[in-house]
Amino acid sequence: MRRAQRIKIFIIIVVFLLSIWYLYPTLRLATISSEARGKMDSGELARLKERAVKLGLDLRGGMHLVLEVDKSKLSQKEEARDAVDRALEIIRNRVDQFGVSEPLVQRSGQDRMIIELPGLQDPERAKELIGRTALLEFKLVRDYKDMKALLDKTDEVLSGDKEEKRKEEEAELKELFKESPAGSLEAEMGTSEEEHPLSYLVEFLDQKNGQVMVPEEDIPQVDSLLSLPEVQALISQDMELRWGAEYKTYREGQIKWLYLLKKKSELTGAYLTDAKVTIGGGLDPEIANQPIVNMRLDKRGARIFSRVTGANIERLLAIVLDGNVYSAPRIKSKIPDGRAIITGIGKMTEAKDLAIVLRAGALPAPVNIIEERTVGPSLGEDSIRKGIHAAIIGMILVVLFMVFYYKGAGLIADLALILNLIFVMAALAGLRAALTLPGIAGIILTIGMAVDANVLIFERIREELRAGKTVRVAIDAGYSRAFRTILDANLTTFFTALILYLVGTGPVKGFGTTLMLGIASSMFTAIVVTRAIFDSLTAGREVARLSI
Amino acid sequence: MELLTGTNLDFIGKRKIAITGSLIVILAGIVSLIVHQGPRYGIDFSGGTLLTLHFSQPLPADQIRDALKDVVVEGKSYDFSRSEIKRFGPPTDVAIRIEEMETGTRIGDAIKASLKAKFTNYIPPKEGDWVLKHEKVGPKIGRELKGKAVKAMLLALLIMLIYISIRFEFKFAVGAIVALFHDVLITVGIFSLLNKEFSLAIIAALLTIVGYSLNDTIVVYDRIRENLRLMHRAGYGQTINTSINQTLSRTIMTSLTTLLVIFTLYFLGGEVIKNFTFAMMIGVFVGTYSSIFIASPILVEWEARSAHRRR
Repeated sequence: MRRAQRIKIFIIIVVFLLSIWYLYPTLRLATISSEARGKMDSGELARLKERAVKLGLDLRGGMHLVLEVDKSKLSQKEEARDAVDRALEIIRNRVDQFGVSEPLVQRSGQDRMIIELPGLQDPERAKELIGRTALLEFKLVRDYKDMKALLDKTDEVLSGDKEEKRKEEEAELKELFKESPAGSLEAEMGTSEEEHPLSYLVEFLDQKNGQVMVPEEDIPQVDSLLSLPEVQALISQDMELRWGAEYKTYREGQIKWLYLLKKKSELTGAYLTDAKVTIGGGLDPEIANQPIVNMRLDKRGARIFSRVTGANIERLLAIVLDGNVYSAPRIKSKIPDGRAIITGIGKMTEAKDLAIVLRAGALPAPVNIIEERTVGPSLGEDSIRKGIHAAIIGMILVVLFMVFYYKGAGLIADLALILNLIFVMAALAGLRAALTLPGIAGIILTIGMAVDANVLIFERIREELRAGKTVRVAIDAGYSRAFRTILDANLTTFFTALILYLVGTGPVKGFGTTLMLGIASSMFTAIVVTRAIFDSLTAGREVARLSI
Repeated sequence: MELLTGTNLDFIGKRKIAITGSLIVILAGIVSLIVHQGPRYGIDFSGGTLLTLHFSQPLPADQIRDALKDVVVEGKSYDFSRSEIKRFGPPTDVAIRIEEMETGTRIGDAIKASLKAKFTNYIPPKEGDWVLKHEKVGPKIGRELKGKAVKAMLLALLIMLIYISIRFEFKFAVGAIVALFHDVLITVGIFSLLNKEFSLAIIAALLTIVGYSLNDTIVVYDRIRENLRLMHRAGYGQTINTSINQTLSRTIMTSLTTLLVIFTLYFLGGEVIKNFTFAMMIGVFVGTYSSIFIASPILVEWEARSAHRRR
């Protein structure tokens, strides 16, 4: 055997062994039963998983989110510049505490981030957790008289509008009839709703604090009245109206509280050091057997809290999260130890998530979900099963076709094809690239295209044989003449695959990856491997006929 | 076994018929695109929400439509009953497509909640079994993806043009690029004629078609280049025709093996990549056809024109 030939075979064997080494964890994971998996050492299992071929979100199930940081409300340039960095850090913290394995949080471009959560059970909860701003503020509730004054003024403006309109209409009527129908119109006035459009819908519980109850069915109406610009203008600069976070039961009906708060917050979540969930005790129905979040403030926060509580005994201090009032307990005494609780949360899971976001901190600016792709685990499993099924059948068909058409040479090409598949999978594992459904399609496609190189070579060899050359010469000529064609043809496909890899995201990127790997590996197997086999078979003896 | 070897079919002589045929198909596609006001974009490009749900028993689209009449999203009621509702594979699986409203609204979650409340008996106990897919693309992202797709397409074509110009001659590059446009236009046209949806995966398919078709064209071109050196006496057209015949066996073989696997993918690969494999199927057919009937005849036409000018 010639030296070059020996080196070639050596290289092929090395590549093959390397591939098996890279593929071993994947094969091992695929073949062990779930029982044996349970018995395995968790560290070893993690190592296997780390080195096995990764599945993309579309096969494994999970959530892919693209978030955009809404910087429109950030005033200073500096603030806007690192807002995305801070948001990224905070969201990473939240995601880490959410408890999915191998989450990905990554910055993408100027003000976006990509989040990937594989194998997620409750996508809605995840979105809630990731997307909320989680700005915690402590704000004092204004007095009864402030709220009353605001309601009265609002009523006046709103009914005044009507009054004016009525007067205009009246004037028009007068114009038309040249007489006064005023008397009859005046008589229709005086219903409470018309004179007090806002106050009519709300109810005070006591005459001390600036909070009112609004029945569930009236909330949209109150909301739309309050959003009118002329009403907004009435609310003084240092005050704001805020809704309660949850519905409460009152006299067999559902209500929400509407609070008038001092706009400037006394304290924010920035001073928080810890937040934990416990179940409340005692007799107060707001707390007993309800999940509550226990917060701890740092030294500075505790000092501020102590001062604020000390100075405002008997007033209500609202705990506001993202603009919604969770509770507004009465300050009974000065609180010096920097501890506070949030009640009125509802479900336990929500309390847990609340504690997570409070610990991770508030986002510097709101974020919007601008892209979301969630694949359920059952569709993922279905896709893997069908993809592998199609790959095996496609492979068998091509293998049979090649043997049928090219006989012994076809068999050699088939061997190269199988090696090609092993190399591509090993490369995926080695590069830690994810296998996606289009990726499987890419592999199947390379199965079809990998034989192309051999078809080109074999057709050339056939031509040379027809021209009357000997087997040896025909093989040499076939390979050398086909090589340039194969290189040109494969390079162009490689370029398109590269573009797909660079421009595409997620699944499409996966397609580009496998296509590139497939092309590279198929050139090796179709040219080097098959040549080595041919040479070994024809070396040292005169072959009269070639099975091609 | 040998097929199609030693053929001497007159491809170049039939080029007028082939080109006319191609033009008719392309024109039909363009008319369809005009009538439909552009390709039928999926949510990837137009933005919107796509929910793919699996019910434990078949649920008629009309009932779902009824349930979508009144959906409460963030406190306000909306009517989504005019959304597109279609089967996704088996009769128990349904895809609902909702047009995008404002950014930040969580329409998909609201619709899921409302369907959950109305069809309790139809919904599998595990959330993961019910929601097969939930996709939402904001309008801004949709526009960006569209721009990216067009850029990727043009970039691919430009790289091909440069590559072939370097490896062959400029006229070969022009012939190949015309053939690629031909393939892409026909595939897009057929998608429009069949009213199939245009998604990101289809762009990936188109790019792969570009790669595949060029692969095919280059094999023929390579032989033409070789023969132009060997066959001094034969005319340009005849040389090209011989080259096509010499590579015909290989062209058909490769197309057959590739189509073999694409067919298996189409029938066995599942609903998710059906459109993708369909595009690939058209592309491989058209790509094979174009390297014989479009890319090579263009060289003949080009040569005839420049020879005329020289005279």
